[in-house]
Amino acid sequence: MINFEIDGKVVSVPKNGTVMDGANQLGIYIPHFCYHKKLSIAANCRMCLVQVEKAPKPLPACATPAMEGMKVFTHSGQAVTAQKGVMEFLLINHPLDCPICDQGGECQLQDLAVGYGASSSRYTEAKRVVANKNLGPLISTDMTRCIHCTRCVRFGQEIAGIMELGMAGRGEHAEILSFVGRTVDSELSGNVIDLCPVGALVSKPFRYSARTWELSRRKSISPHCGLGSNLIVQVKQNRVMRVLPRENEVINECWLSDKDRFSYEGLNSEERLSKPMIRRDGEWQECNWQTALEFVANGLKAVKEKYGAQRIGALASAHSTLEELHLLQKLMRGFGSANVDHRLRQSDFRADGHLLGVPWLGMSIAELSRLRSVLIIGSTLRKDHPLIAQRLRQAVKQGAQLNLINPVDDDLLTKVANRAIVAPAAMVSLLAQVLKAAAELRGVEIPGAVEDAVSQLEVTDVARAMAASLIDIKPSAILLGNLAQHHPRYGDIHALAQHLAQIAEAQFGVLGEAANSVGAYIARAIPDPHIQQAPAANPSSQPELKGMNAQQMLGISETGAVADPCQAYVLLNLEPELDSYNSQQTVKALDAAELVVMMGAYKSPHALSRNYADVLLPIAPFTETSGTFINTEGRVQIFNGVVAPLGETRPAWKVLRVLGNMLGLDGFDYDAPEQVRAEIFPDESEVSRLLDNNLRGFAVESTEAPEGTTSGEIQRIGEVPIYQADPIVRRAGSLQRTHDAAAPVAWMAGALMDRLGVRLGDSVRVKQGGGVVQLAAARDDKLPADCARVAAAHPLTAALGDMFGPIEIEKL
Amino acid sequence: MLKAESLKKIDHEIAKYPADQKQSAVMSALAIAQDEKGWLATETMDFIAHYLEMPPIAVYEVATFYNMYNLQPLGEYKITVCTNLPCALSGANQAVAHIQQKLGIGFNETTMDGKFTLKEGECMGACGDAPVLLVNNKRMCSFMSSGKIDQLLDELSQ
Ligand code: SF4
Ligand code: FES
Ligand code: FES
Repeated sequence: MINFEIDGKVVSVPKNGTVMDGANQLGIYIPHFCYHKKLSIAANCRMCLVQVEKAPKPLPACATPAMEGMKVFTHSGQAVTAQKGVMEFLLINHPLDCPICDQGGECQLQDLAVGYGASSSRYTEAKRVVANKNLGPLISTDMTRCIHCTRCVRFGQEIAGIMELGMAGRGEHAEILSFVGRTVDSELSGNVIDLCPVGALVSKPFRYSARTWELSRRKSISPHCGLGSNLIVQVKQNRVMRVLPRENEVINECWLSDKDRFSYEGLNSEERLSKPMIRRDGEWQECNWQTALEFVANGLKAVKEKYGAQRIGALASAHSTLEELHLLQKLMRGFGSANVDHRLRQSDFRADGHLLGVPWLGMSIAELSRLRSVLIIGSTLRKDHPLIAQRLRQAVKQGAQLNLINPVDDDLLTKVANRAIVAPAAMVSLLAQVLKAAAELRGVEIPGAVEDAVSQLEVTDVARAMAASLIDIKPSAILLGNLAQHHPRYGDIHALAQHLAQIAEAQFGVLGEAANSVGAYIARAIPDPHIQQAPAANPSSQPELKGMNAQQMLGISETGAVADPCQAYVLLNLEPELDSYNSQQTVKALDAAELVVMMGAYKSPHALSRNYADVLLPIAPFTETSGTFINTEGRVQIFNGVVAPLGETRPAWKVLRVLGNMLGLDGFDYDAPEQVRAEIFPDESEVSRLLDNNLRGFAVESTEAPEGTTSGEIQRIGEVPIYQADPIVRRAGSLQRTHDAAAPVAWMAGALMDRLGVRLGDSVRVKQGGGVVQLAAARDDKLPADCARVAAAHPLTAALGDMFGPIEIEKL
Repeated sequence: MLKAESLKKIDHEIAKYPADQKQSAVMSALAIAQDEKGWLATETMDFIAHYLEMPPIAVYEVATFYNMYNLQPLGEYKITVCTNLPCALSGANQAVAHIQQKLGIGFNETTMDGKFTLKEGECMGACGDAPVLLVNNKRMCSFMSSGKIDQLLDELSQ
């Protein structure tokens, strides 16, 4: 530690600490622009000049290393003169257009100019003007305002992992730009808006729509990926105007992904449902709540009478709140059916009876930063979990090793130590090889449950390298991504990963796909009563029913054959044709059902035009209701509504309460959501007790690649594009104009294209099940042989079937 | 994109740095590319970025920082005359006027036949030899009286 003095106060900072660090510790404010605690030191704005005893001239606090016994003065005559001088220079070329600048009111330059600027300028010469750049649909530029602090440049290099902005030119000609006309496409790009200390980079969607001081700041939690980013939602006249990060070092730090930041546009979408609607004689009619709820209650009773409660199912999105999911399952179970599930994109449920607890990250989010070796199975991490990817990127920079088993090889913008890009079907055997290699390296027996599966395997070099990485470098972890969870052999992947983790003494985690993936299990929005022992407050008054999982409800049995689907469905926050593993079969099952109740915030165009729904109930999105999300590390985060519900929209917990009472069920008299929460777990510590990724008694099947893959059959890789993952983000207009939201194409390796006789850009006919869609062909030579990457969760591919499995492609 | 011999030269430069710091060779690589192509087109910079495994914008930063890199196509010979104070005091302005009159172009212009481009330069560290000029960044010409300028231009016009 180094002890020194700032403004007469003694402070000590670690070796390599700077004067700025000391000042931050003491709470002494030193004006600055280019300094940012998460970025490297550039020391180019010079605003932070301070006086240091015995130094001949003022020194920049951000870049001056603290030295023993040093005496620093931040407000002395010399310091203030220097700071004022810098400010005068900064303002020379600044347009001083605060009245029309979006940054006005939250601009560091404006604030500091009040403190250090002169009231009028001595500069009468011409000012320079810098042309604005088009950086894409999210960031708007006013480059004349730029003060060349390079925060935006350093953010790209150091945090986002991709340098998209740079400073071209020199001296007076220096300007910030992207490489000749390119847009900024990073999924974290919006953070440069927060970082820019002036109004040079501002939010395009928010631009000119409000002054910052008219906005109220309300706390909220992101409803998207499993991270649960903390948000400030800014509201004007009952409308969400923009979203900013709320700093939380152990979750999102000071960042937000673009999805979290810009998805709010979906809340104000034209497609919002504002009144209940019923379909009568094929016509959609608006109606009042009473009529709609009576219709639902009567409909459910009628189906129960005719087919039995077992033929009623509830499917919910894990983007729903804990309270909503709890009441939904309570309603279903009370009504006599345990058919409740939130895992619409999961296709393999064999592990259900074996799971010991709620699948979760297996560690805290902050711990991810300390990992030294990690194996990611099935995830394009930066698109599925942008900020978790960011944490691992920083870890890799500190020397950690990233290993990847995935069917696609998108650039993760970080160094990958060992990668195995294999067909989906081969992922299982690759993982088994890693396990075998790990057992060999450690000289331990292969556990019985996986012995059959691995005994015949040849271990490849890459598998051995991965095993060595996990064993030799500690702490290490194995993480299952979204794609692994959607994989048709998820059970095997899960079990192999668990055993591998035990052998390698690594941590083992499941990355939560949605904001409430953990919460959905805790709320028991799952059919299996054994998955989780009911917490204390959930007495076993309810009969332990065994229900159907999402696939079975939709008429797909374990073997893939079509079984008896439900006759009535209650859907919560879902667009079934986009949110399920097999959209084709899902829609077919819904079409055939007698009653489909859709609770959601949107008039889903599919639901309206295909007419599978019978009634639409407008329920509040996360900004219009209070609720709880439990993020992937098991952290309980409670939030309140930030605006009043739109039109006649109601919070879903209230709707379910009324519905429960209408169906004559007990225990639906709640006055406040807190009561619902208290029923799920009386206190938050209950949650961590329930988290457990381990399976018991699950035997892994042979890992031989299934037949058919050798005969040239094409396998689909159907991942979920970042901006198609949930109903809100699908309607976020600006995000939908980014490159990441481009219309799906059929990606294939060159060899496959040659075999099919198609060329880049040709139209191809893609067939799966009975569905056919027409897509453009695109080439990606990094894809495994005989695989076609055709995105799921998109209206253009909704006519297709399983996200993985055989698919036919032919030239048009 | 670049000729094999240029690539060989670039590889030679890369070899001077540790394997994971290829990008240290960016300045030489740009100079080599410019020698071959005469100027640095966007595609050329893109190619170099790819070759050195660095972001294209980082190459662009370097190329725009130094004004010996030509980001626009130029004439066959780029003549850069120093017009800084010491040279100006020793006849640089006359030299410039002579060249301009002779070639019929101003600064940053190229002759109709595509032979010559005239540029204004900064101190070349040869003030004692003033007036000085550079031909294609590489050939330094000192004490440029009108006579010597005529001689130079004649030679280059061959
Ligand atoms: S655009 Fe903003 S963040 Fe980037 S250098 Fe200019 S002032 Fe700094
Ligand atoms: S903050 Fe220290 S030089 Fe910019
Ligand atoms: S001023 Fe011309 S060379 Fe120095």
